Amino acid sequence: MTTELAQVKVRRKGVWAAAITLGVLALAVLVVPPIVQLDQQLVDLRSAGLAPSLAHPLGTDEMGRDVLLRSLYGLRVSFMVGLVAALVSMVIGGLIGLAAGSLGGLPDRLLMRVVDGFSALPHLLLGIFIVAMFAPSPYAVIVSVGVTHWTTAARIVRSEVLSLRERPFVEAAVSGGASRARVVRRHLLPHLAPHLLLATVLMVPHAIWHETALSFLGLGLPPHLASLGNMINDGQRSLLSGDWWSSFAPGLFILVPTLAVSVLTQHWRDRLNPRTRSELSL
Amino acid sequence: MLRAHEITVRYGRRTVLDRVSFDLPPGQVVGLGGPSGCGKSTLARVLAMMLRPAGGALSVDGAQVRGWRQRAPRELRTRVALLYQQPRLAVDPKLRLREIIAEPLAAMGRPDESRVGALAAEVGLTGDLLTRRPHEVSDGQLQRACLARALTLDPGYLICDEMTTMLDASTQAYLVAVVNAYRDRTGAGVLAISHDEVLLDRWADTRAELTGAGSPPGMPSPSPAPL
Repeated sequence: MTTELAQVKVRRKGVWAAAITLGVLALAVLVVPPIVQLDQQLVDLRSAGLAPSLAHPLGTDEMGRDVLLRSLYGLRVSFMVGLVAALVSMVIGGLIGLAAGSLGGLPDRLLMRVVDGFSALPHLLLGIFIVAMFAPSPYAVIVSVGVTHWTTAARIVRSEVLSLRERPFVEAAVSGGASRARVVRRHLLPHLAPHLLLATVLMVPHAIWHETALSFLGLGLPPHLASLGNMINDGQRSLLSGDWWSSFAPGLFILVPTLAVSVLTQHWRDRLNPRTRSELSL
Repeated sequence: MLRAHEITVRYGRRTVLDRVSFDLPPGQVVGLGGPSGCGKSTLARVLAMMLRPAGGALSVDGAQVRGWRQRAPRELRTRVALLYQQPRLAVDPKLRLREIIAEPLAAMGRPDESRVGALAAEVGLTGDLLTRRPHEVSDGQLQRACLARALTLDPGYLICDEMTTMLDASTQAYLVAVVNAYRDRTGAGVLAISHDEVLLDRWADTRAELTGAGSPPGMPSPSPAPL
């Protein structure tokens, strides 16, 4: 019991650390660009390749631009792209999963074969194929990530709907004259919402990674735009000359929020599970 | 008359109901007993059109049932109301008691607050309880809400699937009295499913027994006697 209690305490500290980290990052991303008012695009060749110092805490890149400032701008862009892409994939997947689970029978089988088909394709390759059809822009990345990542949401929603529709309270609603649409609106969606929200939050860092990968390959966001992928791509040229910070900082800005989101969503998942919820409240 | 003819239900390879015929006439309380697992609740779900049987036919007041669950016409499925053994599973945990009782009226597009209040009073629920959620009330109070919900649309047939099993004697007696009063007032047919022989002896006008298709080999598997 003492060990369990200690584990819960450690886990709780981890959750707080993750929440504070994410909060600070969110605040920095939201507040710094409008307040600092520095031109993160401004080229200053006299300051090119400066190592981290008090004036430039994370150094400067080969164009003399401040890496910390550009990383914050990059995280802001990547976060917005990741969030919208995650929402797009959740809406597509949620609707398909809801339709499959609540209709059942032939529509369910047909929709799930489509899901299987999409899942069988390597989604990064499919994403590259989709994004290559458009000119580099945030919208192209959003479409590419959104269209290739809805299958997980579809499976989550379908399995939840299948479980919910067999519960006596849903049966009682049907018996009381509720239409299919009413059952979905009144009884299924409120129970699905926490799971969908969790899946969306989990999807955001994943979408950021994809945005980064596409931008790194030169297919994502336009090269002049400060995004984490573009910065890592630019920074790799400086690595050979020993300027490790140009790639390190954007890499850190991908890794840290991803880990923080992972810790928080794990805690959230535990809270959704009644068995672990009782352990958490020890 | 709620009439089930040669109903067969299988869960996978296991036959739970084997050609069971059963009639529930209006205005009568039919008591249905039988050992655990013999298919009483399964029969209740079939009669409420919530479970499609593998074989057999069901008719409600002469109208043949051709679809099940949402595929059953709304006017047909609301003619039969089902009360579950475990009220806690039978209510949406996110709704308040008032919303739970009002749910069938809202689903039919004719919300009626005064009717909800009258039904709540009839089953013995006070106004303050109606604002609570299921986890804030007892099983007995929740079953009262379920009974009020079942009576909301004035069903012609009420199937009580061990509705009093988890309740104390006074709540049990109260709910049975409410059901009897409803039967007397509307002439509805009531199927009382229970293990409680004493209760069925006192409550039911006629009795039927279900021994189940899962009986040991060689044992007969009689259907409830047609009434």
